[in-house]
Amino acid sequence: MGVAITGMGIISAIGHSVEENKTSLLASKTGIGDLRHIQTNHSQAIKVGEVSLSNAELTRQLQLPEVHNYTRTGLLGLLAATAALENANIPDCSTYRTGFISSTTVGGMDMTEKYIKQFDKDITAQKYIATHHAGDSTRKIADALRIHGLVTTISTACSSAANAIMLGTRLIKAGKLDRVVVGGTDALSKFTINGFKTLMIQSDSLCAPFDAHRNGLNLGEAAAYLVLESDAVVQKEKKEVLAYLSGYGNANDAFHQTASSENGEGAFLAMQKALKTAKLNPNQIDYIIAHGTATTNNDLSESRALERIFDKQIPDFSSTKSLTGHTLAAAGVVEAVFSILALQEQYIFPNLNFKTPMPETGLKPITSGVKKEIQHVLSNSFGFGGNCSTLIFSKA
Amino acid sequence: MKKVYIHSAVTISAQDTFDSDGFLNEIKGLSGKTVAARYPNYKDYITPANLRRMAEGVKMGVSAASKALKDAEITQPDAIITGTGMGCIDDTEKFLNAIISNDEQFLTPTAFIQSTHNTVGAQIALGLKCKAYNNTYSQAALSFEWALMDAQLLLQQEEAENVLVGGYEELGKEIISYRRMMEDADGLGIQVPYSEGASFFVVSSEKTEHSVELIDMEVYSSISTESIQDSLKQFLTKNDVDLSEIDVFISGRNGDVFDSYYDLTAELFENITQLHYKHLSGEFYTASPFGLWAAYEILYRQEIPEAMIFKGEIKSDNHIILLYNQFKGRDHSFILLKR
Repeated sequence: MGVAITGMGIISAIGHSVEENKTSLLASKTGIGDLRHIQTNHSQAIKVGEVSLSNAELTRQLQLPEVHNYTRTGLLGLLAATAALENANIPDCSTYRTGFISSTTVGGMDMTEKYIKQFDKDITAQKYIATHHAGDSTRKIADALRIHGLVTTISTACSSAANAIMLGTRLIKAGKLDRVVVGGTDALSKFTINGFKTLMIQSDSLCAPFDAHRNGLNLGEAAAYLVLESDAVVQKEKKEVLAYLSGYGNANDAFHQTASSENGEGAFLAMQKALKTAKLNPNQIDYIIAHGTATTNNDLSESRALERIFDKQIPDFSSTKSLTGHTLAAAGVVEAVFSILALQEQYIFPNLNFKTPMPETGLKPITSGVKKEIQHVLSNSFGFGGNCSTLIFSKA
Repeated sequence: MKKVYIHSAVTISAQDTFDSDGFLNEIKGLSGKTVAARYPNYKDYITPANLRRMAEGVKMGVSAASKALKDAEITQPDAIITGTGMGCIDDTEKFLNAIISNDEQFLTPTAFIQSTHNTVGAQIALGLKCKAYNNTYSQAALSFEWALMDAQLLLQQEEAENVLVGGYEELGKEIISYRRMMEDADGLGIQVPYSEGASFFVVSSEKTEHSVELIDMEVYSSISTESIQDSLKQFLTKNDVDLSEIDVFISGRNGDVFDSYYDLTAELFENITQLHYKHLSGEFYTASPFGLWAAYEILYRQEIPEAMIFKGEIKSDNHIILLYNQFKGRDHSFILLKR
């Protein structure tokens, strides 16, 4: 059946809890809008999926001391990871062998970009010298959760969190851990906004995944975590299982540093491997939460890969990035939470802003939310560097 | 469960470790705040067009990976796994500084594109046209160890037969100078220069005449000084290895106050050969695979370089080596090797 998922936590542009995210998803309410927390010349030219809480508000909510050196990446991560453990009803991580596997692309960049020119003299800025690296937020969250053993960070661009979930699953299956908190966190930064700007794949309006006239992505920020537990722990503790992680696959497109291949080879291989580990046939997949960034390149490449795997019988699919924006490292786990909600609610979430099918494939995503019997959800995450990962979630 | 064997070990470091066939015979004394690696002739490994775009970490990583594969006579690994603490910090700083100095205008994408942590893993895959499993870890001084643990898991679970695994770090310019500044402000800080390098290994589930067995490894985000001895004992017991069976102990000493962890560990042994290496490699988040490279060479050649001796005598017939590294009292790792 796979590995049991017994808890989840999330903070995104569409809500600060699982409940709020679910409400927005069921109401087709997007979180994409104008940028508020970052000073940039591009603020009028982009739309983003920003978490509405400021760092000061997050600090208060987390009951941290006023003076600390958490980056925004760390604050978002701590909020979501704490919520995931609460949801799994785990007050104490020392009872079982527990690990923490996080992921991020920019790490502490949100503070580095603010303070780098003050690092030499300004004592108040210097506390952020040590917070730049990707492992900093992970270590802080692990310490706060009192997880001391297996703690790590994966950074494979936009497939990072999917790989974190995959590693946690493999460690549980191999018997190296009893419990593991897996996921990722990424805060918006001027660095990323300008980076995607230079690539000219950032839309100035609301993104339209899989649409013929799509003109790029909306960046977002989020953090989300799942709690995975071994069958032995689930039985012993009589845990309620939210869903099972039944399949996973990781492959490389080996085509270009940033662009996806025309036939979506990496995506195809990742989905193929995931179906194989889940021991499922393509026709058993009821719903796909696509990577669907709304860039010209990704959506066509992913569509081609879907056509190849599902042989023109493509299941219902949608990209929820039209609600949350592209949350980079966190995307894989944000969409994992949505996959689990889809299984729990037996509901397909809408792909907003879609009007016209792209001429190359004619594929139409689901554009308004709909009830459906769902046993298995497939979720894709692809990144720079050709990193492609697929996860399959199955009904508990 | 399948066993894990190291088939090749390659390192680019501040010493002459890459082009030379010797084993730390001629030592370069390291001094100063930071020391660059001794860069190889990249043209032997990377095309000129790619060389122009690549930052030092990518060049070192791709070259070391290429040689590790060649030494192991592998053309297509079943997985490529890398680890890096700071990632592609050079291009990160370059792009960030362009944003700041040009007020977000006239930017080009090259530095941004190559600033992601997975750039080395991606460039290796691209060069080999390798579509297999590909992953990148970034957990400070455990970045490489996590890559190796992932490789171990793949081999043990029979998800792969040959895995290319490595760690890389480049100095960069700005953040490293601030990290050094903070370190030097602390009187009990790290006593070796910060440096950089790339170390790659081919690990396999197949035993060969020249292979070294990775018996097991363990990592810990945090351990107190009170429990470090027990943690090591538990690790050895789990692997059916007695303290007295270990011939050589290689520690990641860097002269800071946290060397006490190594002292406490060494207390457990009697008359053991104690080696260290960070005075040769410098300190950086992926310096520990320099130690693993040295351990592989010691077992393979049955030779211990004079320059690595910290305490004890050089003995012949060395079969089991224990490596222990930590960084500022965090991110502890034990690696146990056998030949």
